[in-house]
Order: sequence, then C-alpha cells, then structure tokens
Amino acid sequence: MRRDFVDQVLLEMERDSSIVFLTGDLGFNALEKIREKFPERFLNVGIAEQHMIGMASGLALEGKKVIAYSIASFATMRPYEQIRDDVCYQNLDVKIVGTGGGYNYPSHGVTHHTVEDVAIMNVLPHMQVLCPGHSWEAREATKAMVRHTGPAYIRLGKSPGVAYEKGRALRFALGRGFVMRTGKDVVLVSTGNVLDVALATAELIEKKSGMSVGVLSMPSIKPFDEKLLLKHVRSAKGVFTIEEHSTTGGLGAVVATVLAKNGIGGKTFEAFGFPPESFLKAVGNRDYLLKQVGLEPVALARRILKEI
Amino acid sequence: MAYSQKQLQGIGSEIRRLVVEMSHRSRSGETGSSLSISDILAVLYFKTLRINPKKPDDPKRDRFVLSKGHGAAALYATLALRGFFLLKTLLGHRVDGGALHGHPSRGAVRGVEVSTGSLGHGLSIGVGMAYALKETKSKVYVLVGDGECNEGSIWEAALSAGALRLPNIVAIVDDNSFQGFGPTKKTNPFDLASQWGSFGWNALRVDGHDTKALEKVLAKAANAKVPTVVIANTVAGKGVPSIEHTLKAHYFVPDDAAMKVTQKKV
Repeated sequence: MRRDFVDQVLLEMERDSSIVFLTGDLGFNALEKIREKFPERFLNVGIAEQHMIGMASGLALEGKKVIAYSIASFATMRPYEQIRDDVCYQNLDVKIVGTGGGYNYPSHGVTHHTVEDVAIMNVLPHMQVLCPGHSWEAREATKAMVRHTGPAYIRLGKSPGVAYEKGRALRFALGRGFVMRTGKDVVLVSTGNVLDVALATAELIEKKSGMSVGVLSMPSIKPFDEKLLLKHVRSAKGVFTIEEHSTTGGLGAVVATVLAKNGIGGKTFEAFGFPPESFLKAVGNRDYLLKQVGLEPVALARRILKEI
Repeated sequence: MAYSQKQLQGIGSEIRRLVVEMSHRSRSGETGSSLSISDILAVLYFKTLRINPKKPDDPKRDRFVLSKGHGAAALYATLALRGFFLLKTLLGHRVDGGALHGHPSRGAVRGVEVSTGSLGHGLSIGVGMAYALKETKSKVYVLVGDGECNEGSIWEAALSAGALRLPNIVAIVDDNSFQGFGPTKKTNPFDLASQWGSFGWNALRVDGHDTKALEKVLAKAANAKVPTVVIANTVAGKGVPSIEHTLKAHYFVPDDAAMKVTQKKV
C-alpha cells in the first residue's frame, strides 16, 4: 500500500509543481524515488513532527500543497495541536500521511500501534479522513486527497491487502464507499486493510448459516458514504463494523451515528475493533495481534452468528 | 513616510495607551506581555517591514508572525494605527460579539498573517514561510516570548532553520524576564544568545525599548546570510509604573483609578 501511495505521489508531483513533500525522517526503502526525482520539493525535516506540521502550515500559507509523512502514531499524536490549530483552524492545504496504522508495525510495540488516529482526526473541523483497504483504494485515495484543497489525513496499512481492482469498473471519490460483496441478511462494514478479514468472515458466515452476507469497504471515513450504507442495511438483520482501530470514535461510531440518525432500528449492531480501555501488550506479528483482539474470521463469524 | 525616532517613540506610547484601554474595557489580562512588545512592533510596522496596508496580501510583502499570541492586543493596536483597519475595531477586543479574540486569528481582521495562541507554534510556521520564500526578497519576522522558549517545538524549528541556513528569517525574542508563573530565569537559567547560537543562529542583543537601536539591529538582521535572532531586553508592563518588572504585569487589568494614571503616563 505504501508503494501505491508513493507511485501516485510521483504522478501528482509531476502534475502539480506546488506540491512539497516533507518527512519526519521516515521512508527508508520507500521515499527514495520522490527524493531523487524532486530534490527541490522533498525535505527531511528531521525527527521533529511538531515542527514538520508547523512548517507544512507555513508552506501552505505561501501557496504550497504539502504532504507530511511519518508513522501513523507519530504523524497524528505528537503534533496533534499543530494539526488542530495550524492546519485545521486555518483550513490549510496540508495532507498528513500516517503509514502503518493499526497493527502494521506489530512487534514494535504499543508506541507504534495506532488505534486512535482515525478517532482523533475525525473530530477535527475541515479534516478529510481516508483509510484505504487495498492497493487500488490506496492509489485512488492518494490521488483524491492530493487533488482536494484543504486538510486531509490518510492512514496507510503496510500490508497490501488483496488486489480487488482487477476487472472492476470503480470510480473513487472522497466520501464514496464500495460494495465488495453483495448480501442482504448481514452487512459487514470495513475500513482499512482488515478488508481481507471482513471478506473471509463473510464467507464463513455464509457457509455456516446460509445467510447472505454483504461487505462494504469504506476508505473514506470523513466524509462518509451514508447513502451507500443506508441502501445496503435496510433489509439486513444485522450490521457489524470491522476496523483495525479502537471501537471508540472510528468506523463503528460513525456507522452507529448514521443508523441512529436515520431511525434504522431493530437490527443487531456491534462494532469490532480494538477494545478501548486497554493497551495490547502481546508480542507477535500482525495476524497474531489481530487474533488477540478477535479480529480474525473464525472468531468474528462465531460472535456474529451468536449475536444474530 | 519616513518616521523620526520621536515619532516611533510616540507610536510605541500610543500602542501602550490603546492596550491599556482594551484591557480595561474587556476586563482581560495578558496586558504586561502586550506592553513589553509595544516598541518592537512600532519599529517593525513603521520602519522595518515592507508592507502596504492597502495590499495586505501583496506577495512581495514581508511577513510577521506573532508566535507569542498573548501579545495580540499590541498587534491589533499596531495594525489599526498602521491603517490595516479602523481604530474603532479595537472596541471589539475580547467582548461579546467583537471581532478580536485575545489571541490573533487569521482572517478576523486585515494584516494578521497567522493564527496563534498556543505557544511554540509560530516559529515553525515562519520557517515554512521562509523556506517557501527563500528565492524571493521577502523576509519573515517571528516574535517569540522568552518564556515561550521553554517549548520544545521552538528548538525543533530553530534547529531546522539553522540546518537549512535560511537567510530570510528573523526571530525576535521578547526577553521581558517573566513567564506565566514566575521569572523566566527559574525555568531557563541559561544564556539565550548561546542557546540560539548553538543552533546556527546569528544572535544579536538590543534594548527592546530603544527605537533607534531596534531599527539598526533589525536592519542588520534583515541583511544577514543566516537565520538571525534579536534578543530584545524589554520591560514587562512597560509604561505602567506600578506593574513594571513584575509578574503581575501579565495579569494586570486596569481599574478606573488606574486608567486615570496610566492614560497620562504610558
């Protein structure tokens, strides 16, 4: 997914000479091409995320379109006040890129696990929040984000997910979700690169129960595709959200709000993700960690079938 | 218009008078930190900065960032005196339905370049502006507080500008010796000039109420080939004798009796 992002950024920087790319000293084995091709518009500001976002704001005030890159936890949490006061309050054209959101830096530990970023970005005025689920969504989300004028955050998963784009005639836009699988009895709503978990869960539920299970991929959390969600959940018995993020303030909260606001009741609803009020101290790879919090197809299918 | 030293001193005094009035009207503090930068702003806006109040967005202008946003009252007074907006706009400072917050808000009135208020943000923004403007003749001036230099982000920005050897950024430290809850020396007992110097900045010192010396040092800073910091020794609560050089200057809200005295002496 990071490669998709870099490839698209190269195209966008070619197309738009106002783009400046800043990194907080990260991007080894990923950003070299950007540095080589656009040495005048690429700057390693050092391990200084607060300064990176402040500097990005200064550049944006002078008419630049700025992409600021770091690991998701450092890109969002360390400079949060700069993002709020400098970028969002002044509605500046700054794109914040958080690589490795969720458990994509698994064995690095809790400092590198990022399960709060979507929530804290969601709450900011003017901020667009993107969380692509696979390669095509990552490329398209990058393109849409860069071409949009104003603050935006994109969370990139490290693993590529499955290549779903082949043979599909999809058009990406900010605020648009995608039907990955049709089904009317149960709807699973997913964001980010746990999409493969959501799809495998749907298969299992269908196989075990005979119910038809739909899966929606929501790479755009803010703005959110309410229409698509409402269209697909009306006849469903249950709606379940799946995200590699805290169940507080992320996709689950957004979906629950949309359902409640539109008077969609009488359905089983559950938000699956990282349980709030805890830090995951388990050591292991991403699949291992996802399993620890129940974000794996067998456990999810079991819980959903039990609840429905 | 070329302003004489006497006129510049008069403008500094007028900024102070307006600050005290605004503080009295809105019953709000942060007065001392506005008073301490009054002469610096007078020299910047009436001598140093290449600006045109009729064209506040002229790309060729110099930029000014008030990183110590709590000095906003002085900035608003200065902008009004310089003709960016009408003096009566100052009546809307920190009052219901007014146009002016207690900290600068971009877009609220003409001439405010950057929204600030949380300390430690403005220098990074200034570095970004200076980096974008490095091929132009525009200079970026950022006014920070001595207490604000406690913030780590100030030193991230200082390191960055020093490493990039940005010639078009000038930081001015309002060294009024006080921060929110005590003397600055208690939290930073070290020499500010050496600290900035070690980050690659050319450090100059000046009396922050001597308009002639300020004019000279700012001209020198503008022509430097590396980032330059002007450490201006100033007086917290300048112009109001009962609060000068005191911590309470920061929180001073003039009452009616104080107004009678201060309006004559500032």
